[in-house]
Amino acid sequence: MATQAASAQPSLDVARIREDFPILNRMVYGKPLVYLDNAATSQKPRSVIESLVDYYENYNANVHRGVHSLSMEATDAMEAARTKVAKFVGAETDECIIWTRNATESLNLVAHTWARAHVHEGDEIVTTPMEHHSNLVPWQELAIAKGAKLRFLPMTDEGTLDLTAVDSVISKRTKLVAVTQASNSLGTINPVEELAQAAHAHGAKILVDGAQSAPHMPVNVQDLGADFFAFSGHKMMGPTGIGALYTKREILDEMEPLLTGGEMVLQVTYEKASWADLPMRFEAGTPNIADAIAFGVATDYLNNLGMDNVRKHEESLTEYALERFSQIKEFTVFGPRSVELRGGIISFHNENLHPHDLGTYLDRQGIAIRTGHHCTMPLMGKLGVPATARASLYVYNTEAEIDCLIEAINGALRYFRNGS
Amino acid sequence: MTDLQDLYQEIVMDHNWKPRNFHKMETPTCSSHGFNPFCGDTITVYASIAEEIITDVSFEAAGCSISKASASMMTEAVKGLTITDAKTVFSKFHELVTQTGNAYEDDASLGDLVVLAGVRAFPTRIKCATLSWHALKGALEDEDTVSTE
Repeated sequence: MATQAASAQPSLDVARIREDFPILNRMVYGKPLVYLDNAATSQKPRSVIESLVDYYENYNANVHRGVHSLSMEATDAMEAARTKVAKFVGAETDECIIWTRNATESLNLVAHTWARAHVHEGDEIVTTPMEHHSNLVPWQELAIAKGAKLRFLPMTDEGTLDLTAVDSVISKRTKLVAVTQASNSLGTINPVEELAQAAHAHGAKILVDGAQSAPHMPVNVQDLGADFFAFSGHKMMGPTGIGALYTKREILDEMEPLLTGGEMVLQVTYEKASWADLPMRFEAGTPNIADAIAFGVATDYLNNLGMDNVRKHEESLTEYALERFSQIKEFTVFGPRSVELRGGIISFHNENLHPHDLGTYLDRQGIAIRTGHHCTMPLMGKLGVPATARASLYVYNTEAEIDCLIEAINGALRYFRNGS
Repeated sequence: MTDLQDLYQEIVMDHNWKPRNFHKMETPTCSSHGFNPFCGDTITVYASIAEEIITDVSFEAAGCSISKASASMMTEAVKGLTITDAKTVFSKFHELVTQTGNAYEDDASLGDLVVLAGVRAFPTRIKCATLSWHALKGALEDEDTVSTE
């Protein structure tokens, strides 16, 4: 019994965690903020916010090449952040991490460099029906430009990938498999390892969109078998404007830069230039120094919580939320029912209560959710809805907040109930 | 603080629940499809025109209560108007829902539409209120194009 009681103890002190996030004290329309839009962007702990102030107040300077103290301090801090972010996703070396603005830029970087060089006419790019536009549109564009073909792994009604089709879809014609690790609309967590094995068996590379997975679960790019892994700082407690692309070292060595100019060169004459070493070869111009440093601080914060604990908390909160949602018969909840197959993203729909009306109603209760197509328009078509309402959880959310959401949804149902 | 009730007034909800002229028109003179990429709402507005007068107008839509109610009220407001007058009503309505302190809150030509002035306090919902109007304008301008050919 004692063991059982111990294991039932929450591994994280969420009340204590919430104290680290100043914004969670905010009132909206006189109600305490219930922030359930974490898949769009997460809130930031005080340590991240303070690191930005610290940089600008104490050692703001341009990085690299500077011989003065401030420049060296800024360079050291930014490169230390790169090391932290590399470790956070299990990269083999720091140089495998290239700073970008966000996951979208990371994905586009692959599309415009490696993929431009390796995808040719008649080749195939395999993706899934649940991709964010950012992991779909670049491949559509590439396929059009190259005369390549875009193929989709089929999806089950529950919103998981149908793995029985992997062998018929991924073939020797496949050059790249581009797949999200966690769907931003359905919450589905995809079996990236299996897809990586299938891709590699045919000599293809696999690119993983980690925007919704890296913030919420332990990630090791080498264990996953990812050749590319794209993620954003702002969805994992870091600031906006900073993201990263992990690329396997052997691939990166042969990749040509996208942007050229300052910072990324070794030697320049009036006629030509040679490229700097990794990773600077891919970071032309002054980088986003302050935000990169703060991104590193965000990974410190998450490591301190422990990503296993973060995942565990969100699993249990998702289970609770799905159970509460199952009591509201008027709503369809999309995505897998088992919390082992999904993250804390809950998309729901009611034919008679438009997501926008619901979103406005909830806002007046201080509850922030997202409504719309979540940058997955083709998926909305597949689900047969124009839009959904989406609540997305993070480690600072509580069961009391889920109760608040459910109560407010019931309130909205009463408020908008047809007068007939 | 603006109350939710300012947006979802009784008359708005009445138009949402019982939209007027909410059907496909079999033989319209012109029609136009409106899409709000922000939320995925869609609408098709149909119009019958005879001698520059909108003799009939109807719509089909998948959208929120504001977009549906606005479309419903629009059909009532423009039916029987000349194309020019309908466009004038649109510009008045647009000003009503986007600008504070405008002169149209008691404008008779707007009919029930004046209750949508409340949408001003909900900036993210203004496009919901104007979607049907943009579709109507599209339909009317297509008509112009067709007639000149």
